[in-house]
Amino acid sequence: MWDHEIRAMVSTHATIALSVLVATVVPAALVPGFSVYGTHLLWIYSVSGAVAAVSVAFFWLLGISPPTRKHTLGYKLSRLIRSCLYFFLSCLFFHTVIVLYGAPLIDSALETFSLAVLLSSLTTLRCLCMLGPNLQAWIRVFSRHGAMSVWDTCLQITVALTVLGAWVGAFAIPLDWGKPWQVWPISCSLGAMLGYLSGLVAAPAWIRYHRKQLTYKCK
Amino acid sequence: MIDFARFDANNTSPMPFENKLRVFEETASSRPAQCRLYPFRADPPTTTMQRIKGFTTGSLPTFVDISNNFASNAISEDNLIHQFGQVGKRVVFMGDDTWESLFPNKFYRSLPFPSFNLKDLHTVDNGILQNLYTTMVGDEWDVLVAHFLGVDHCGHTFGPDHPAMADKLIQMDGVIRSVIERVQNDTLLVVMGDHGMTDTGDHGGESQKETDAALFLYSSAPFFPTPPSQNEPRVVPQTDLVPTLALLLGVPIPYSSVGQVLLPLFPPHGPAQDAVTGPSQLEALWINAKQVNRFLATYSVMAKGIPPETLALLKDQFENLSSEYLKFIKEGRSSSPELSVALQAYLTSVRDTCRATWAHFNPLKMVAGLIILALACLMCFTVSEMSFALVREHNFRLKAGVLVALIVGVCVAAGQLLSWGYIELAWCMAATAFTSELFFLCRSYQSKSSAVVKNGAKGPKSASWMTPHYLLSPPLLVTLLRCASLLSDSYVIAEGRVVTFLVFSLALCIPLRLNWDGLLLPASQDPLKPTLLVPSPASPPLTVKKEGSTLVAFFALLVGSLYLSLFFHSCREGQHTCQPSPFLTSLARVKDNQLKNIFYILSVFSLGVWTYLLRRCLRYYGNLNSSGGTVFTARWILPLLSVCVGLHWAVSASPQDSFRNLAELINLAQLALPRAAYCLLGLGLALIWLDPLTVFVKIRPANMTKSWSVPPPRYRASTSISPQAELHHLIPQIYQRMRRSLDDETSGGGEVDNRPAVEAYGLGTVYSAPLLLFCGLLGLGLLQLHPEGMALSFLLLLFEMGALLHIHASSTTLCDLHRVYSGGFNVPWTPVVLWSLAATQFFHATGHLASFTSIHWGAAFVGFPNGHTGTLLPASLVILNTFASHIMFAVGCPLLLFWPLVCEVRGSKGGKGSGEEGEDGVMEMRLREKPQRFSLALLQLSTRYLFIQGVQVFASVCAAAILRRHLMVWWVFAPKLMFEASGFLVSCVCLLLGVSLVLRVDVAVGHFFKRLIPDASR
Repeated sequence: MWDHEIRAMVSTHATIALSVLVATVVPAALVPGFSVYGTHLLWIYSVSGAVAAVSVAFFWLLGISPPTRKHTLGYKLSRLIRSCLYFFLSCLFFHTVIVLYGAPLIDSALETFSLAVLLSSLTTLRCLCMLGPNLQAWIRVFSRHGAMSVWDTCLQITVALTVLGAWVGAFAIPLDWGKPWQVWPISCSLGAMLGYLSGLVAAPAWIRYHRKQLTYKCK
Repeated sequence: MIDFARFDANNTSPMPFENKLRVFEETASSRPAQCRLYPFRADPPTTTMQRIKGFTTGSLPTFVDISNNFASNAISEDNLIHQFGQVGKRVVFMGDDTWESLFPNKFYRSLPFPSFNLKDLHTVDNGILQNLYTTMVGDEWDVLVAHFLGVDHCGHTFGPDHPAMADKLIQMDGVIRSVIERVQNDTLLVVMGDHGMTDTGDHGGESQKETDAALFLYSSAPFFPTPPSQNEPRVVPQTDLVPTLALLLGVPIPYSSVGQVLLPLFPPHGPAQDAVTGPSQLEALWINAKQVNRFLATYSVMAKGIPPETLALLKDQFENLSSEYLKFIKEGRSSSPELSVALQAYLTSVRDTCRATWAHFNPLKMVAGLIILALACLMCFTVSEMSFALVREHNFRLKAGVLVALIVGVCVAAGQLLSWGYIELAWCMAATAFTSELFFLCRSYQSKSSAVVKNGAKGPKSASWMTPHYLLSPPLLVTLLRCASLLSDSYVIAEGRVVTFLVFSLALCIPLRLNWDGLLLPASQDPLKPTLLVPSPASPPLTVKKEGSTLVAFFALLVGSLYLSLFFHSCREGQHTCQPSPFLTSLARVKDNQLKNIFYILSVFSLGVWTYLLRRCLRYYGNLNSSGGTVFTARWILPLLSVCVGLHWAVSASPQDSFRNLAELINLAQLALPRAAYCLLGLGLALIWLDPLTVFVKIRPANMTKSWSVPPPRYRASTSISPQAELHHLIPQIYQRMRRSLDDETSGGGEVDNRPAVEAYGLGTVYSAPLLLFCGLLGLGLLQLHPEGMALSFLLLLFEMGALLHIHASSTTLCDLHRVYSGGFNVPWTPVVLWSLAATQFFHATGHLASFTSIHWGAAFVGFPNGHTGTLLPASLVILNTFASHIMFAVGCPLLLFWPLVCEVRGSKGGKGSGEEGEDGVMEMRLREKPQRFSLALLQLSTRYLFIQGVQVFASVCAAAILRRHLMVWWVFAPKLMFEASGFLVSCVCLLLGVSLVLRVDVAVGHFFKRLIPDASR
C-alpha cells in the first residue's frame, strides 16, 4: 500500500535535505566570511531559495499539484500570480505572528522578516505546491479527516514539525549563556530548519509505519 | 546620618540629584588631614531598619527580617547603643522614629519623628534642624545621632530626577557645612548614607546602586595622621563602622560584630599619646581580632553552619597571630606592618566565612515541606479529576481522615514533649497534614479501584487521566513548562514575557485543536467531503459559522490585549537594556504638562470604558431591571466610584505649586475622595453580598401590550417548558405554576392571582451577574491603588478576561453542537490554565515584579496622605496593590463555569431564528436543574485552579531549595518564592470568596423560588 508514493517521497525529501546542505556549504566556499551565525540572514535566504527551487521543481515534475480544470495560459498565469501573492501574504502573516509572540516591533524588523520568509518557504510554499492557492483547502488539510492522500499527511507532519521547531527555538532566547546562536532570530530559524529536516525524515517513516491504517476516502 | 545618600551624589554630570553635595569634595581636598570620604557598602537587603541593625550590631543581616521593616521590633542583640549606655555615655537621638522602636529606652534624650509617610519630605528634617544646633552647642551629650529622612522620601515620591531632590540635597549640603563649622576639636563627625537608591528612587535590593552610599568622616582637629595613601580601603563595608566607633569611644565592641576597624582612624605608632585618638592601629586590630574570634567560637558551636576544616584553619591562623602578637608586645616594639596586614587578612577571612555560611538550611524540614506540598498538589489534581467518582461514593469518610490526622498530630506533639522536652509546632502540623493527605489519597485510590471492579466499562474511563497521553496534553504541558521555567533565573527574570508567550501558545491551541477536529468550520460547506460527520440537526452550518467567527474575533482581541500588555512591564534592577513603562510613573512625577494631560485623558477614558462595558454587559442580559441591592450598585455605585477615582487622579496629579490658594481644598480632596471611594466600594460589595439577586419578575397584567416587552425576548430566561424537562423537579414546577396562573388570567377565572408570573428577566444570568459586578467593583477599587497609567492595563485585563470567557464559551458550544450534550458542566483544563496564567501575566502587566524593590509602597498612602498609625492597614493596601491581578482572576474564576451557559442563548438564536421556545433559553437555570453536578463542577473548577497555582508554588519552592547555594538565590529565587507563596495565599482566599459568593447567590435563588411558589418547598 502506498509503496510507490513512499518511495517518491523519500527521494524528494532526500533531495530537499541535500539542497539545504548544499545551500549551507556552497556559499561558504563562494562568499568570504560566510558562516551560519555570522552572516545569518544570508544563510536564511540561501536556504530558503534552495528549498523553494527544489520543492517547486519536484512537485511540478511529480505532478502532485492539484488538478486544474482549465489549461489555458491565462489561467495558469493568474494562478502563478496568486501563488506569489499568497506567499508574500504568508510572509507578512508569519511576521505578525512572530511580533505578537514578543519579537521586537521595530528594532530588528529585517531579522524578523527573514525568519518569516524562511518559515513561509518551508511551510507555505509546500502548501502552494500541493494544494494551489486555495485557502479553504489549506484549512481543510489541517484537520483530522482532512488529508486525502499520503502527500497531505506528509504535509501535515512537516508543517507541524517546522512550526514546532521554531517555537521551541524561542526557548533559548531568554537564557543568559551568551552563546552566538542565542542572537535573534538564529535559534528560531535553526529550530525551524531542524524541525523541517526531522519532518522530512519523520513523514515517510511515519507513513510507512502506519501504512496499514491509512485510508483516504476521496481520491 | 542621611537616609539615602548615594555615593555618586557628587558626580560631575549635571542631573538634578548629582553635584549637590559639594561639601564633601571641597573639604576632602582642602583639609585632607581632617577628613576622609569613602564609598560605604551595605549588605542587602537595603531597607532602613536592616541597615540600622547592620551598623549598630555589626552582624550580617538575615533575609527574612525584611518583613519587619514597618513593624520594627527592638534589637535584642548586643549593639553599639547598648554599649554606650552601659559605659554611661549620653546618647541623644533625633530623626527617623525607626530608631526609637529599635532601641526603646536606650537614649539619654530622644526626638523621634514619624517616618512612614513618604509624601512628607520635611517634617523629620525640620524637626531635626530645630534641635540639632542647640543640642550641639550644649553640653548634654556624648553621642548625637541625627537621622535625616527627607532625601529618602523624596526619592520614593518623586524619584531622583526631580527638582525637589535637588532642593533637598542643597539643604543637606547646607546642614553639613554648618555642622562642620560647629564641630569642636574633640568631636568626630560621621556623615553617612545607610543605603543608595536605584534610578527610580527606590531601594531594598542588592544592585550596586542600592548598596553603595557615602561615608564622610570629619574632625576639626587633624585627626588623620597620614595623608590618604594607596593602601587605604577603597570600599568600606557598613559593619566596619561598629568596631571603629566602639574603639574610638572606648566601649567594648558589640558581641556579634564581624566588622573590621577602619585603620586610618587610628594612630599608626605607639600607645595613645593623647586620650582622644584611642588605641594604636595594631592594638585596635588585636582587640578586634580577639572579639571576632570569640564570637566565631561561640557561633560555630551553636550553628554548625561553618565547615570544620575552614574553622580549624581560622583557629590555627588566630593562634599563630596571637602568639606572634604577644611576642611582639614583649619585645616592646610598637608597629609592624606585616602583623597588621596578617590581622586584617584574618578579619577579612572570618567575615567572608560568616557571609558564606550565614544562611544555613535545614534539609530535613525542606524535604518534608516539599513532600507535603507535592502531596497537596497531587490531592488537588485527584479531586479535580475524580470528583464525580469520589462523590458517587457517598461514604467517603472525610471526617475519619481528619480525625486520624489530628490524632497523629497530637501524638507527634506528645512524643516531642517526652523526648525533647519542647514542642516544635511545625513538625506537628506537618505530621497532621501529611497523614490527612495520605489518608485521602489512599481512600481515593481505593474508591477508584472499587469503581473499576464494580463496573468494568466505566473503569478505564475514570482511570484515563493517569496515562502519559493525558498528562502531556497542551494545557498540562504548558503548566509543566511554566513550572520548569521557574527553575531558571533567566526565565524568572524574563517571567512577564515568558508567561505571555505561554498564554499565547496555549490560546492558539484552541482554534487549532477545533480545526483539527473539524469543528471550526461548518462541515457541510466543504464540498469535498460531504458525509464525514453526520450532519445532525443540532448543528446548522450557520450557527457553526457564527460561533467560529466569534471565536476567531475574540481570539484576535485576546492576542491584541496580550501584545499590548507587554508595554506595561516594569524593569528589574540590573537589566540595563530594559526601559520601564512610561505608564508606571504616577502623574505627579510627570513634568511635561501636555504629556500629563494626555496620560490623564487616556486613563479616564479607560476608566469610562471599564464602567460602560460592565453596565452594558449587565443590561444586555437583562440584569438591570429589578430594584435590588445589586442593581442599585450597578446603577449608581459603579459610576460614582469611577467618578471618584477619576477626580482623585485629577487632584493628585495637579502640580503642588500652581494652585497655592486652593491648597487647602486640594489637601481635603486628596483625603476625602479616595476614602469616599473606599466607602463606596465597601458599600457596593456589601450590597451585592446581601442582595445578590438581579431578577426582575414581571407581573403580567391582563391588558398586556407588545410595548411592554421592550426588552426583546432574549432577556427572558425561562418562559416555558419542554417535555423532557418535566422530569426534573423544581424548575418545571415553577413553569407550571406560571403557566397555570397565566391560564387563570386568560380564562378570566374569578380571583386575580396576584402571584408574579411568566417573565423573569435576568434569571438566566442570575449567578454570573453579581459575580461580574463584584469583579468590576473590585477592579475599580484596586485600580485606585495603582499609578494612573495602569488604568489602560486594567482595561486590557478586562478585555482579556472577556476574550478568554468568550473563547471558552464558543469552543464549548462548538464541541457541544457536534457531540451529544455531555450533561456535566466540567470546565476543561485549557481555559483554567489560561485563566491562571493570565493572573501571572497581569501581575507583571500592572507593573509588578517578583522583587522587593518593585513593591509599590505608594499604594499605602492612597487616601492616607498623612501616614498611618498602625501597620495593618498600610500592609493590606500594599498587598491589595501587589496582588491585584491574582485577586481579580481568582474572584472571577467561577465565571468560567457560567459563561458557556450565558452564551448559549446567543448561539441558539442564530440557528433557530426566534428561538423563544425550547430548552435553550434556560441558561444558568440548568445549574439549578442539576444541583449536584453544579456543585461538583464548582469543586472541580476550584481545585483545578488551585492545582495550577499550587504547582507553581511547588516549583518555586523546589527552585529555592535546590538552588539554595546559587549565586542568584537571594536576588531571584527567594523573592520569587515569597511572592509566589503570598500570591497563592491571596488567590486561595479570593477564590474562596468568589465561590462563596456563588453559593450565596444559590441560596438566594432558592429563597426566591420558595417565595414565588410556596408549594415547591414541601
